[in-house]
Amino acid sequence: MMRTKMTGLVGLALSAGLVLGGCAAGGASDEPIVVGSQAYYSNEIIAEIYAQALEGAGFEVERQFQIGQRDAYLPELESGAVDLFPEYTGNLLQYYAPDTMATQADEVYAELATALPEGMTALDMSPATDQDSYNVTADFAAANGLVSIADLAGVDGLILGGAPELEERPYGPQGLLETYGVTVAFDATGDITVDALLDGVINVANVYSGDPRIADFGLVTLADPEGLFLASNVVPIASSDIADAVAEVINPNSAALTPEGLVALNLQSTKDQMSPADIATEWLVANGF
Amino acid sequence: MDLFLEALAWLFSPEQYQGEGSIPQRTMEHLAYTAGATLIAALVAVPIGYFIGHTGRGGTWVVGITGAARALPSFGLILLLVLLLGVSERVTASLVALVLLGIPPLMAGAYAGMQQIPRATVDAARAQGMTEWQIVGKVEIPLSLPLLLGGLRGAVLQIVATATLVAYVGLGGLGYDIIQGIPLRRFDQTIGAALVIVVVALTLDGLLAAATRWVTPRGVHQGRLADVRARDSLSRTAPVASAVASPEKEITQQRKTTP
Repeated sequence: MMRTKMTGLVGLALSAGLVLGGCAAGGASDEPIVVGSQAYYSNEIIAEIYAQALEGAGFEVERQFQIGQRDAYLPELESGAVDLFPEYTGNLLQYYAPDTMATQADEVYAELATALPEGMTALDMSPATDQDSYNVTADFAAANGLVSIADLAGVDGLILGGAPELEERPYGPQGLLETYGVTVAFDATGDITVDALLDGVINVANVYSGDPRIADFGLVTLADPEGLFLASNVVPIASSDIADAVAEVINPNSAALTPEGLVALNLQSTKDQMSPADIATEWLVANGF
Repeated sequence: MDLFLEALAWLFSPEQYQGEGSIPQRTMEHLAYTAGATLIAALVAVPIGYFIGHTGRGGTWVVGITGAARALPSFGLILLLVLLLGVSERVTASLVALVLLGIPPLMAGAYAGMQQIPRATVDAARAQGMTEWQIVGKVEIPLSLPLLLGGLRGAVLQIVATATLVAYVGLGGLGYDIIQGIPLRRFDQTIGAALVIVVVALTLDGLLAAATRWVTPRGVHQGRLADVRARDSLSRTAPVASAVASPEKEITQQRKTTP
């Protein structure tokens, strides 16, 4: 245990030393904290909130944003080259434990803590979620009396649209049939899912719950009483070495970020075209940090 | 290497050959988009290329747009066209993007094929009393076929590779298994599907290479590489002239190539 911790520390110091090119004069605590983000605008805003909050608390921060998808950045986190990263409990758990049965927020968070590789620590999760959800247009919901996914069972000729991998996910067509008795055809609409729903090419669309277009186009998100989807709360993942040091700064941020708050942040990016840094500053000030 | 073997195992597992989304079905979808786009591109590009090649007018214009069109980002174009035309028209949108990709090499092939025919050959045909249409139909088109097919090869290769992208708008094809495999971390599936695309592309290219040799008029073979591609038009060699100008040579050549 002690040994792995030591190697972790040495690795951190080495990588930080490499990045800085030798200008690290003090001890390990003086190294800048490397904050990373996915190549997803919403994730970058959250990473920017972490970065500015840490800077406000006197830490030195280095930003490594837009690292791409999990396959690209998780190895960086595991190796300690990146110290802090905004993640999503359900999707991250699915990466490390593809066969997980957990769906509720607390179960997912608890299981994630054990599934994470050594050297990575999940800080407190936020009430804000950005998870898969099934959506229909308001007209379609009204015409068929839809409130929950279970109500789809009586509707014929349903076409579900989403990313290609949805076809194989546990909450995809197979899960819909097993959990709710809903039969759907699948259309891999990918990036054009919301447009396909509005054009009537599909009837049910898998959209992330943090997507501002749900409100923009008046889409109806169907309730999921049986817990088909994994809850996916925003959760900061930190290197274990610095987890304790940054927790007191980052945890209050997570607590303050609500689901509606996250949608509002996303909207500032998609609609008002504000930069992540400006959105983060505004949010931190508005929430009294 | 293990990954490669897993990809082969995926390729040859029986469940990939039955039901919805099987490899044969995805291959047929892929070929259908390729064939459709190539056909439309040929209908547009070849007449224009021939017109320019025959009249000698607008050549610089063709070189210009041909070069510019190669810089079009296909992925962005597909998404843009789908959003402009609406998702219900996504097949049309994807075909348009693929057609735009196929037009430049086809047009260049048709144009260069005619352009490389020595003026003396065309003048000789005209001096014998051929009408313009006869010159086009009996002299220029047959002599330009090798380069046109070179252009076709280029177009098909571009389109068959890029048809991978139509999976991003839910139209299937072999790209589907690739873009589905990456987020699921099923790299055997991703690499396996990529291998199928490679095999399909190489097969099509091989067939067209054989066709190029087959349609090349007797007498044009002499002094030329068997592999006639559009870029050969840069070196305007004269074997065509010598072959057409000396009938005895053509006859001997004919004897050699006739089975």
